[in-house]
Amino acid sequence: MLKKYSGHPYVLWSGIFIVLPLLLVIYYSFVKTSPATGELMFSLEGYRTFLQPLYLKVFAKSVLLALEATILCLIIGYPIAYIIANMKPKTQKIMALLLILPMWMNFLLRTYAWMTILQKNGFLNKMLSLLGLPTVNLLFTDGAVLLGMVYNFLPFMVLPIYTVLSKIDKGLIEAAGDLGADHKMVLRKIILPLSIPGVMSGITMVFMPAVSTFVIPALLGGGRSVLIGNVIEQQYLSVYNWNFGSAISVVLMIFILLSMGIMKRYDTDTEGEMNLW
Amino acid sequence: MVNSFRSILGSVFKNIYTVLIFTFLYLPIVVLIVYSFNASKYAVGWDGFTLEWYVKLFQDRAIMKAFYYTISVAVLSTLIATVVGTFAAIGIHNMKPLRKQLILNINNLPLLNPDIVTGVSMMVLFVFFKAQLGFITMLIAHVTFNIPYVILSVLPKLRQMPKDILEAAMDLGATPWYAFRKVIIPEISPGIVTGALIAFTMSIDDFVISFFTTGNGVSNLSIYVYSMARRGINPKINALSTLMFVSVLILLLVVNKRQGKESKKIL
Repeated sequence: MLKKYSGHPYVLWSGIFIVLPLLLVIYYSFVKTSPATGELMFSLEGYRTFLQPLYLKVFAKSVLLALEATILCLIIGYPIAYIIANMKPKTQKIMALLLILPMWMNFLLRTYAWMTILQKNGFLNKMLSLLGLPTVNLLFTDGAVLLGMVYNFLPFMVLPIYTVLSKIDKGLIEAAGDLGADHKMVLRKIILPLSIPGVMSGITMVFMPAVSTFVIPALLGGGRSVLIGNVIEQQYLSVYNWNFGSAISVVLMIFILLSMGIMKRYDTDTEGEMNLW
Repeated sequence: MVNSFRSILGSVFKNIYTVLIFTFLYLPIVVLIVYSFNASKYAVGWDGFTLEWYVKLFQDRAIMKAFYYTISVAVLSTLIATVVGTFAAIGIHNMKPLRKQLILNINNLPLLNPDIVTGVSMMVLFVFFKAQLGFITMLIAHVTFNIPYVILSVLPKLRQMPKDILEAAMDLGATPWYAFRKVIIPEISPGIVTGALIAFTMSIDDFVISFFTTGNGVSNLSIYVYSMARRGINPKINALSTLMFVSVLILLLVVNKRQGKESKKIL
């Protein structure tokens, strides 16, 4: 009894609240209100609008910014993951906790904090002028958006890499050293290859939220830096063009699921559990 | 000689790098906390210490209301998601492979899909069925994105459980309900607690999905912060951030202490 039926409420729930909404978005991406009769009719206008240079540019810019953020997170994050993984076990635990702690603070507040730092008379420019350096106007630029992405998603890169690095068998490194490999060679031939699964999941975990964010550009880009997420939000909440909004949502969804699928191919060492699905 | 010099240089570099990274991670939080006590309204310079923003924060009705909605949605959605998710996990665990894979893939959709797509799709659903956007729709949305976390935390515990433990209990005369309460629940309770904690945190932290599924003047703290921040810097937000950060810190310390005590008990 219990075994048989206990899953049924959720099957129903997920059908109504997970599957049906997505089907509705796909449906709306193909229909629009006819101006003549006011009835819904089949139309590819949403997708056609998306193919206009203006929106293709926005999409390209979103992907590019997210890629830049991902690469920066990798360059900044890998060394710190490596450093932490080589600390004493007790210190490692504390450092890992310190790494997660800022993420417990609300995402909005973390992004908002950078507004205080980057604004014209903000903390950063105060420091710069104290040091006798010229001030910069970073807030409401693409640079600020990039900074916000790196700041918010850096722990997503560091944590998986750290986890993989800390699990590497120290015997392997010693063996390589005994066999005559120098420090650089050990890093290149053993540590880097073994950490690839961590790097891959780090890349996925940074790129996915970065490409679809609309909060970071809205706050730090100040409306001047429009990304694909902002377009979706505007189409649904201020322009009320569900046809176009749904079309972009479908494109974004397919893009993300495809890139996830590609990343998973390189991620050979998924933790058993993921392989089942 | 050269080697030891290099290793000293290496460790100096490592320490500087570590300090730099953690400064980067904590600088915004420190700045927010310091400015929350700053008398200057525009966070330009330091105009002296004040608690004015904290007083104003508690006098602000809209913020208090947003706080109330945040907590009540988090508590309710966590409760519902934990119960539904736990039963669902048991059901899924016992499903045939093909069905199991299908439902697990559906379960993964809210986790893999961008938040914004989940948010607008639920909004489309509610509007399609002419539901009034507000507290209930936001609650349904939170339950929906919380259940997957509960299921994913409970499933591994079910896999670790001895296979025929339920049958064994019933052979010994336990009714199914009694066996469920006394045998299965204790076995999987760590997974349930983890799932509930993740669900609660996700609900408190959520902005995007709430933003699209609420309406009618109901907003949680994230939505409130968003609308204030779009209008510029506001010292009340600094005070709010400080309080939220301190509560998280206390919560973490309490949880850590509790865990420490428990592990001692086992020893």
